Amino acid sequence: WRRNHRNTSCVIMSNNMQFMLLFSRQGKLRLQKWYVPLSDKEKKKITRELVQTVLARKPKMCSFLEWRDLKIVYKRYASLYFCCAIEDQDNELITLEIIHRYVELLDKYFGSVCELDIIFNFEKAYFILDEFLLGGEAQETSKKNVLKAIEQADLLQEVRYVIKPPWEQ
Amino acid sequence: MFDLEVLVTTERERSRKRGGLALGDPAASSGLRFKNRRPEVPASGDNKVKICHCFIRKLLCCSVRLNPDATFLSGGGSFKKGKSKEAEIKRINKELANIRSKFKGDKALDGYSKKKYVCKLLFIFLLGHDIDFGHMEAVNLLSSNKYTEKQIGYLFISVLVNSNSDLIRLINNGIKNDLASRNPTFMNLALHCIANVGSREMAEAFASEIPRVLVAGDTMDSVKQSAALCLLRLNRTSPDLVPMGEWTTRVVHLLNDQHLGVVTAATSLITTLAQKNPDDFKTSVSLAVARLSRIVTSASIDLQDYTYYFVAAPWLSVKLLRLLQCYPPPEDAALRSRLTECLETILNKAQEPPKSKKVQHSNAKNAVLFEAIALIIHHDSEPTLLVRACNQLGQFLQHRETNLRYLALESMCTLASSEFSHEAVKTHMETVINALKTERDVSVRQRAVDLLYAMCDRSNAKQIVAEMLSYLETADYSIREEIVLKVAILAEKYAVDYTWYVDTILNLIRIAGDYVSEEVWYRVIQIVINRDDVQGYAAKTVFEALQAPACHENLVKVGGYILGEFGNLIAGDSRSSPLVQFNLLHSKFHLCSVPTRALLLSAYIKFINLFPEVKATIQDVLRSDSQLRNADVELQQRAVEYLRLSCIASTDILATVLEEMPPFPERESSILAKLKKKKGPGKLPDMDDSRRSVNGSTDSTHSFTDVLNLNPAPSSGANLLIDVFSESSAPAAATDVSEENFPRFVCKNNGVIYENQLLQIGLKSEYRQNLGRMYVFYGNKTSTQFLSFSSSVSSSDLNVHSKAVDPVIEGGAQMQQILNIECVSDFSDAPVLNIQFRYGGALQNIAVKLPVMLNKFFQPTEMMSQDFFQRWKQLGAPQQEVQKIFKAKHPMDTEVAKAKILGFGVALLDGVDPNPANFVGAGVVHTKTTQVGCLLRLEPNMQAQTPNGNAAPPATDPSFPFGAGLPGSHLGICSRCRGEQGDGFVGLKGTWPKSHELKVAFDLASFLPPDGRVCERLLLRT
Repeated sequence: WRRNHRNTSCVIMSNNMQFMLLFSRQGKLRLQKWYVPLSDKEKKKITRELVQTVLARKPKMCSFLEWRDLKIVYKRYASLYFCCAIEDQDNELITLEIIHRYVELLDKYFGSVCELDIIFNFEKAYFILDEFLLGGEAQETSKKNVLKAIEQADLLQEVRYVIKPPWEQ
Repeated sequence: MFDLEVLVTTERERSRKRGGLALGDPAASSGLRFKNRRPEVPASGDNKVKICHCFIRKLLCCSVRLNPDATFLSGGGSFKKGKSKEAEIKRINKELANIRSKFKGDKALDGYSKKKYVCKLLFIFLLGHDIDFGHMEAVNLLSSNKYTEKQIGYLFISVLVNSNSDLIRLINNGIKNDLASRNPTFMNLALHCIANVGSREMAEAFASEIPRVLVAGDTMDSVKQSAALCLLRLNRTSPDLVPMGEWTTRVVHLLNDQHLGVVTAATSLITTLAQKNPDDFKTSVSLAVARLSRIVTSASIDLQDYTYYFVAAPWLSVKLLRLLQCYPPPEDAALRSRLTECLETILNKAQEPPKSKKVQHSNAKNAVLFEAIALIIHHDSEPTLLVRACNQLGQFLQHRETNLRYLALESMCTLASSEFSHEAVKTHMETVINALKTERDVSVRQRAVDLLYAMCDRSNAKQIVAEMLSYLETADYSIREEIVLKVAILAEKYAVDYTWYVDTILNLIRIAGDYVSEEVWYRVIQIVINRDDVQGYAAKTVFEALQAPACHENLVKVGGYILGEFGNLIAGDSRSSPLVQFNLLHSKFHLCSVPTRALLLSAYIKFINLFPEVKATIQDVLRSDSQLRNADVELQQRAVEYLRLSCIASTDILATVLEEMPPFPERESSILAKLKKKKGPGKLPDMDDSRRSVNGSTDSTHSFTDVLNLNPAPSSGANLLIDVFSESSAPAAATDVSEENFPRFVCKNNGVIYENQLLQIGLKSEYRQNLGRMYVFYGNKTSTQFLSFSSSVSSSDLNVHSKAVDPVIEGGAQMQQILNIECVSDFSDAPVLNIQFRYGGALQNIAVKLPVMLNKFFQPTEMMSQDFFQRWKQLGAPQQEVQKIFKAKHPMDTEVAKAKILGFGVALLDGVDPNPANFVGAGVVHTKTTQVGCLLRLEPNMQAQTPNGNAAPPATDPSFPFGAGLPGSHLGICSRCRGEQGDGFVGLKGTWPKSHELKVAFDLASFLPPDGRVCERLLLRT
């Protein structure tokens, strides 16, 4: 009996986000983050298909859909769609809240964020995402801590750090 | 934006000043929203805004113009869509040329310009254009000592990974310096980059370094978090490179960390590692339960910023629950009850009134709840929790949130396969059927179909199939095929009466003929052919269905085949006389495609055999120009040959050639296989299992299994119809490895290892020390050639050399192949023989597990009594000893047992054991690298039924395995295992590594039950 359980445990996949896409209502990709290695061609194909599928859905429909062998979790904020792909065993609702937490972080950082903030400051959007999610997993879920890390990094801009190579230390 | 100094101070102000599509005030609205305000572009006069901003703005003029929200751009001109795309490309090409010339120019660029251009490239790439240069500049930036430049360099590398090995070395160098810098911000940048790229080269360079960073006492919390997830990513891409072992315990103890962020990251890492090595991370279970228990019992403010909309640490809770799903329920009673308490608390919280009306609150709360339910289902051991979970999901089925209804349906699917909750799930059938009818979202309806499929059993099959059929009429095209497959499977699986099955399939074809795949209609034909009680009904039904003025081609196929075989069963009725049947079929002929016409021609020739009275009519049809001179070769050939056959063959020959199809061989349902393929592995609840657990036993009425694949023809008889199918010769699906006869070879070396309708494989083998030679005989049972015959042996542990074989085996002939086998070291997996050949145009794949076990390399050893027992006692360590208990099915026969033990490979030592009823044996297993001595003892008890003084079980007690009432002929208990009532034993002892004893014991043990002559407990010593 115990053996059985061990066997089944191998089948369970980890909570693993495969990728996250942000795109506008016009289908323009605004941010892409891939947590699995894929070729550029595949990425483009996936993006095209997914943007089309999600944009075709009506407002009152549920936020989850099956797509290939993945589950897509998406939510629309004004003109922007936030869309994550997760694996079969993963938790959809918590992914929905990951999206929301990310939007909150952007909002807090930019102060009333808008699509243009993400276009003009795309690198910031990436840095915030890296502080919050790494390798497809939530790294730091405290809003305060994430923003503190970003602000600390911002402070560094004016400081010149001299890093000596190890052999000179 | 590149003047980040300025940006930091003015960012807030500026963005407020220029407005924008702002996120609403979270406190004011029910959730965060991007608000559609009319933004202004940053004024170009603002000299703080640098070139890249200008560039982005210009591009926006090209591309964002189409955004109706971005009306700020509409004053500038009136590009049309195509034009704006062109303008964008033009602008970008210009810019790319500019950047390229800057990078290639003689003048060295300063860090600022480099950063600017790299950033532009990044932006162009993100717009969807290809970038094939700039990597070198990015690497330069990455090793800059200025933070802003470093940051952009890392971002470029993370986004545009390139497996250019020269660059990877340079990148790794930069990362190495940053990791060694002890500046947490730099270390984080480096770790993020490794986690984002995660390439093998990076794993090679850093996999041993990062664990040290992770567990070091002086590492900052934020760096620990990054390091944990970085390691997780590397472990996913290159698990072989991530060292395990010395830091395992310290990683597990991160679950106790003060900092919840560290715990969150570490839990993900541990979960990933525990999936691969559950034993190494076992200790994480108690820590995870303790952590979870503290979280679920905490007040919502305790966890400060980790509380999310009044829910305590939802992400961490979900991850902990997920980690626990890597393990069975804890054995420790206290731990187990603490976990049960946690799960109960989570279920209780679902019933409490919400602390906030925000959707985020309920989402986070329910995310934890669904994960808890997933854990309850995984444990599948607490009926009360399972039923509570089911009731909770039942409430969600009628919730106003579409998301919750969707998830409840999805989650209930897995609950349906648990024996404890299957009945509870069934009570929601009406709700689910209702969902099928009323849900507006197709993905929710699809979940409802899945759930109906999962909850189906004998008691509700008719209703569920009927509901699915009626839904099929209006179902979305995208899911029709899947529903068709499901209906076909359920109808077959739960058919008590096969007339219902035939009706259901014909209905399927009527409602959704286009979506009925070949598998489905093949299947109905096979079932009709295999079950003679339904043949008459099937003939009558298809005959009636064909009366419809417009019927689907699939129906014509089924009708043609069934009437061709069983039309005689209804020919007695004048309304369906042979001529009427023929005319009916032929009226459809001209509307059908070539394959269907070919099938109909075969049906006609069968008619000639069945009904001599229509012979002339059919011959006329065959003789017509449209048949004999048909442009299609296949049709023409059939018409010519069938006509000729009907003219020259005597009735006897016709009757033989056109005999009724023999029953199809049993086979796994290819409909099921198709559905599995469609849905991906692991997606479908295993219906066989669930049914078994619900009904207590499998049904004997369903002893036939699917025979759908028609490609391999049954034996040599003239089955004319078979070629109708073989022309669609899809390659045979990958076959499972046949192990059926494998156990028979444990104690013998010769015999038939595999046999099907086409092929028989016999073996003859001999072994000497660590070498073996096996003669494989392939017998062609058919009268036709096997073409392109090839065979290969795959083995992970043994050296197997096979001699090449002739690619053709004539009909009825036998071919021999020699395999030379060398045992290198101890092994547990037997080699597999893969065979491929072509028969009648169809490719056949067969895989057979070859009976080469460790015991084949035994050399018998003679030994005196004293020696034997001295060694036996020396080998007392638990890892040197294996015991096995067997239930006896037949009376004990000394001679058979002796033959078995000799066949196993050891020497049978007479007069060694003081008890003459016992058998002892000794042998040495020879491998190329080592030799392992092995002692064996089989201790049956030949005395009365109850040697230990208990009353004999009554003869009627089916649980008593021996032939009670046959005193002296069954096995009893030996001294070593007294108390194991009724079982004999055999022991085996050895000095090989622990993992192998079990295998050896198993091999030895497995020779006992199949023949059923010996029943004992096995104790083996080596």
